[in-house]
Amino acid sequence: MASGQALQTMDPRTLLLTAAGTAFCFSAIQSITISCAGLMLAAIFALRWTPSWQLLLQRLFVANFFILFVWLTVPLTMPGINILTLGPLAFSLEGITLAVHITLKCNAILLIYISTIADMDLPTLGYAMERLHCPVKLVFIFLFTYRYIYDISNEWKKLQTAAKLRGFSPNTSLHTYRTIGNMFGLTIINSINKSHKVYEAMLLRGFNGHFHTTAELKMHNHDIFFILSFFTVLLILLCADLYIIYCHD
Amino acid sequence: MTNQNILELNNISFGYNQHSVLFDNLCLSLHIDDYIGIHAPNGSGKTTLFRIMTGLEIPQKGTILFYGCPVTQGAILHQLRRTIGFVLQNSDEQLFSSTVLEDIAFGPLNLGMTRREARDRALETLENIGMPEFADRPIHQLSGGEKKMISIASVLSMRPELLLLDEPTTFLDDASRSKIITLLQNTPTGRVIISHDKDFLKQTASSFVTIQNGGITKTAL
Repeated sequence: MASGQALQTMDPRTLLLTAAGTAFCFSAIQSITISCAGLMLAAIFALRWTPSWQLLLQRLFVANFFILFVWLTVPLTMPGINILTLGPLAFSLEGITLAVHITLKCNAILLIYISTIADMDLPTLGYAMERLHCPVKLVFIFLFTYRYIYDISNEWKKLQTAAKLRGFSPNTSLHTYRTIGNMFGLTIINSINKSHKVYEAMLLRGFNGHFHTTAELKMHNHDIFFILSFFTVLLILLCADLYIIYCHD
Repeated sequence: MTNQNILELNNISFGYNQHSVLFDNLCLSLHIDDYIGIHAPNGSGKTTLFRIMTGLEIPQKGTILFYGCPVTQGAILHQLRRTIGFVLQNSDEQLFSSTVLEDIAFGPLNLGMTRREARDRALETLENIGMPEFADRPIHQLSGGEKKMISIASVLSMRPELLLLDEPTTFLDDASRSKIITLLQNTPTGRVIISHDKDFLKQTASSFVTIQNGGITKTAL
């Protein structure tokens, strides 16, 4: 538990850089050996820093559900040497190798993401992005999306309730499809209307296109030490990968 | 500057289309010491009047003067919106940031304050309205009454010279309504309040007007 808390004391920018650096580095790795090493390092990192093992495994499980689709398509569709045939389905060695590679990389990246930024609240993440000079509009959209997911979902729920109160019970009929279509359309229209009103409310409070925040982020020595150490490890992995791909072969 | 009217509406005519004329040569002068209650039937143009006052709607005829200067699109309009605070009827349309503190600091940041100053101003405003513990609360978790209080605070944090409040007690229970009455009674800023709640207006305004035949007329509640 203490280890998880130690990560939380770090500047959100440190954690965001760690996660982004991992994603860039691991996605560039071409050797399966180095991907395995990356996954092991990510697992050690997660072991050291995650506040809750149970939550980590839960999240990994959910994310790996999407990787299942890779296993269901890539080995069957990638041309190469057939190593297994089940009726009309032929599994290629190259496809399986690629699926293993994707799985290793994804899980390594996921372990680092879950340990670093998964528990960070979204406004803080948005402000950290802004301070790292991500495009302001992107940060703005990110924060507003977070804010309005609730509003759009509330709008949808209100319409659902209104329909239920008038005896609407969904089934497989044209009436149901038409009603749901109308509700969906109205949700979008109401959301657009609301966005206009909110924009007016922003204008009324002096908004002139520039987004300001009150968040104060401070980088300490331990943040810089952590970033340097972490990026050194990533650099070693990349160099080892280049060595294996271009020199060792 | 303070003896001058903050806002003057001269011979304003406005309608959303040719067949529905809301205002016909409407005239209204507002001073920063005014405490005006507007009580008028639905559809008479109360909210539209506020929208015209803040430049959200452009009248077809007439002029608007802000401290004697004609309000056109641009710097004057921007200055007007920084000086006259408009609390919308629906708080969900007013509050858009992720947390209460961010929302209240939004106006002060736009006024050019530093992050620290804006944060201090927001915290001070929250303290003044008796809700300091709400600073880090997400907006979507607030109740209707809390949202209304935070809406007012988000405008008060800009220290406006005049407050425009559109139906501030709609959908509120007695406790929340009382809190808003107390808050307004303790706020010396001049105000114009639209409300159907006569008792509320009596407690928060000193003179009353209504909208009749496209113009403003004095009334008694």
